[in-house]
Amino acid sequence: MKTEDLKNSKEYKYGFTTDIENIRAPKGLNEDTIKFISKIKKEPKWMLDWRLKAYNRLKVLKEPNWQKPKYPKIDYQDLYYYSAPKSSSEKPKSLDEIDPKILETYKKLGIPLVEQKRLNGIAVDAVFDSVSVATTFKGELTKKGIIFCSISEAIQKHPDLVKKYLGSVIPLSDHYFATLNSAVFTDGSFVYIPPNTKCPMELSTYFRINASETGQFERTLIIADKGSYVSYLEGCTAPMRDENQLHAANVELVALDDAEIKYSTVQNWYPGDEKGVGGIYNFVTKRGACRGKNSKISWTQVETGSAITWKYPSCILQGDNSVGEFYSIAITNNFQKADTGTKMIHLGKNTKSKIISKGISAGNADNMYRGLVDISNKASNSRNYTQCDSLLMGNKCGAHTVPYIKNNNATSTIEHEATTTKINEEQLYYCNQRGLDQEEAVSLIVNGFCKEVLQQLPMEFAVEAQKLVAISLEGSVG
Amino acid sequence: MLNIRNLEATIDNKNILRGLNLDINPGEVHAIMGPNGSGKSTLANVLSGKNGYDIKGDINFNGMNLNELSTEDRAQKGIFLAFQYPLEIPGVNTNIFLKTSLNAVRKAKGEKELDTLTFLKLIKEKASELGIDEKFLSRQLNVGFSGGEKKKNEILQMKLLQPKLSILDETDSGLDIDALRIVADGVNSYKNKDNAFLIITHYQRLLDYIKPDFIHVLSNGKIVKTGNADLGAELEKTGYSSLA
Repeated sequence: MKTEDLKNSKEYKYGFTTDIENIRAPKGLNEDTIKFISKIKKEPKWMLDWRLKAYNRLKVLKEPNWQKPKYPKIDYQDLYYYSAPKSSSEKPKSLDEIDPKILETYKKLGIPLVEQKRLNGIAVDAVFDSVSVATTFKGELTKKGIIFCSISEAIQKHPDLVKKYLGSVIPLSDHYFATLNSAVFTDGSFVYIPPNTKCPMELSTYFRINASETGQFERTLIIADKGSYVSYLEGCTAPMRDENQLHAANVELVALDDAEIKYSTVQNWYPGDEKGVGGIYNFVTKRGACRGKNSKISWTQVETGSAITWKYPSCILQGDNSVGEFYSIAITNNFQKADTGTKMIHLGKNTKSKIISKGISAGNADNMYRGLVDISNKASNSRNYTQCDSLLMGNKCGAHTVPYIKNNNATSTIEHEATTTKINEEQLYYCNQRGLDQEEAVSLIVNGFCKEVLQQLPMEFAVEAQKLVAISLEGSVG
Repeated sequence: MLNIRNLEATIDNKNILRGLNLDINPGEVHAIMGPNGSGKSTLANVLSGKNGYDIKGDINFNGMNLNELSTEDRAQKGIFLAFQYPLEIPGVNTNIFLKTSLNAVRKAKGEKELDTLTFLKLIKEKASELGIDEKFLSRQLNVGFSGGEKKKNEILQMKLLQPKLSILDETDSGLDIDALRIVADGVNSYKNKDNAFLIITHYQRLLDYIKPDFIHVLSNGKIVKTGNADLGAELEKTGYSSLA
């Protein structure tokens, strides 16, 4: 790693590395690696079998290549699939037992793991490379019957829930990256909200990639039982490295009757430098099932990081009257690329979906909205509203909108609106004339452009996200 | 305060200003009148530092060479332009825009930035002076505002930022008589011995409410005639053709 070169890049403030001793699985993707992961996590046999089934399926799957951003071939045998700080080989029982270096890392990232210093009312699960290192506020949540722990812990302590729901939204054989994740996933968060319970605080997972040459394959499973509500937020950062690192996560959400899940992402993986060297490949499968009637799943994403972002957080609207929402901001600067959007699959009657996508491109970046709205013949009286807006800054970047629309029910309607605009010189001049410098002006205009999405975020994160939007575009207007 | 010597401005190979001279002292109100295409709006743009013009000549503002300052520097140092067509910025709350702007100017002056509560108190006060409804302040900046509301919003910003030189670029165009009176009252209430105004207009109408000390006639990029407040009424009768 060329630390010296990277030091000059001041924009990415999370780019530091924590020097810590790791336990790693040997390089390479094979049965031994999978057995190593399963063994070190003390998994039951059914879990190992599940992983191996996925691995066997993977052997016949091909890596997809229909996406717009192309990338050099990934050598899956040259990656580490498991890396964990040595100090946490036994998961610490309390926060006092966590390696101070890890605590320090999260402190630098602005994520307080010490409960006294918590952000108001937010419980955090911190995932460092391949393991969850801490989960805060467990006691308080347990009193309400809420389970919030690492997926590894859930496999051991709540096997019935995991068996019932894991892979129920994203099947083992779904597609290459999802299946790869099923075979080698290392850690992630597990949430279960019991019936008629409103989760009293925001739940949050903070993902940190630290080790080099390591893929991060996390797995998150959230189940909202009948009549329950939960708001969940994930944040992500990684050190600056001149290699590309793969992040292939699977997130599954299940909402039963009358339940609601609000899932927010602020993704700020290292985007690579201004010449396009390094950065994370963020190839993520996120899918929610509105399995019960009157259920609701709402995805909000602010995607500012990664060299390539390739993901479509989706909703399967099975229950009658269920609602799916997707609010997205995707910012690409320099040589970043994004191919992102959503899928809304309407199966139940009177199902509704709403898609608001804001794509912002600057520098030499390329930004693609790709989305599917599919209304089945049984989904009577269903509705979709889609709005895709693209904002271009400069004349070397690109914006593309590819909506796929299928309506098989004459009583249902789909509406699609799309706009593409260039950042308006006159607006910038107006702001400058009121004393704002170029960067303040851009930040103000872009945050205005993204407002409908930003206001979906929980308050504390909305402020962070606004700053992030501004930082991501620094230097993008002459 | 402002001394302009031999100002020339070219855009897209067209010479718009061709040797303009003008002196403005604190406490003065200057009006610039003139036919379409004479360079009135260009003068406003050049003074406020809009990009895209090739400039020759000197512009001195309180001892500073304006040509060396960026648009925001000029704004922070006390030059304010009330736009002929104020821009809409979707998604940006008017209050937030005004607060960001005020704090940028205060910061540049070395003054303490205002917190939200203090700001809201101040802005409500200023808005009520102009008969602006509070609800209007929580709307998106200029989005869906009527012509009159947009112009009132410009005057509100002027009173908030307290510039030394206020340039009003055809602020009277598109205003009904009530709005015109409110705008004029706004200007008159802000006017004092330390600040100055440059009012660009086509019509005498606005000057019935804001009495100028000087009226200049701009034609073909030059000031061709300067007079006192009576010149406006005279021009209404004779038109510009006799001067051009």
